[in-house]
Amino acid sequence: MTARIQVPRETKLGELVEIRIVIQHPMETGYRHDDVGHPIKRNVINALSCRYNGEEIFRADLSSGIAANPYLQFYTVARESGELEFSWIDDEGKEGLERQAVVVKS
Amino acid sequence: MKRRAFLSGLGGAIALPVLPRAARAATQIEPHVRAITGGAQVRKGRVKLELPQLADNGNSVSMKVSVESPMTAADHVKSIHLFSDRNPVTRMASFHLGPRTGKAEVSSRVRLAGSQRVTAVAQLSDGSFWSDAADVVVTLSACVDES
Repeated sequence: MTARIQVPRETKLGELVEIRIVIQHPMETGYRHDDVGHPIKRNVINALSCRYNGEEIFRADLSSGIAANPYLQFYTVARESGELEFSWIDDEGKEGLERQAVVVKS
Repeated sequence: MKRRAFLSGLGGAIALPVLPRAARAATQIEPHVRAITGGAQVRKGRVKLELPQLADNGNSVSMKVSVESPMTAADHVKSIHLFSDRNPVTRMASFHLGPRTGKAEVSSRVRLAGSQRVTAVAQLSDGSFWSDAADVVVTLSACVDES
């Protein structure tokens, strides 16, 4: 599972930081059938969380109601330089982890 | 008088088939909303749910939900929940926010199994619930049964 994360290259202290993430994942609904008629098991990313220097700033519970290759855009307030850590898990128990540096100028 | 009675009767006959659909849609999401609110009152306002009025493809419809809130430790949005009245899974997503989120706005792309009304319910830190709804006409539904 690869993910693409976009955050501004650098931000000022106290400013809003726009965070965008796209994860490559089929978000299989469990309502489809394969070519020979067997149902395809549901497999969606059901939880995603974002931590800013260890503190959780955003969490999402997702379902099959979210499009394939889930995209999320949310915000945080720039507090200090450090790291954003994104983690997620799908129905098969596969976990994903990505880190992104944040540079805050005072 | 006879003509008037006839016409009003006709109006009723036309309006009737429309009513049950809306009623059914409301009852589908009602228990799911109740599971979140615990029966508390959900007021209209403060939440803004943005979806296109017409979506060509239900497999991927851009969605943006925002809530009027200062997002401080004392007054912030705790969570935003999305409900569909026609998808097989009614609660589409829940987003958990906090004062460090800074701005109560989340964008994503959703799947819609047909034309429907999507409802967003936000829980604030003071315990109140606010909502907004958007109607979307979907030309091509997200494939629910066969691909």
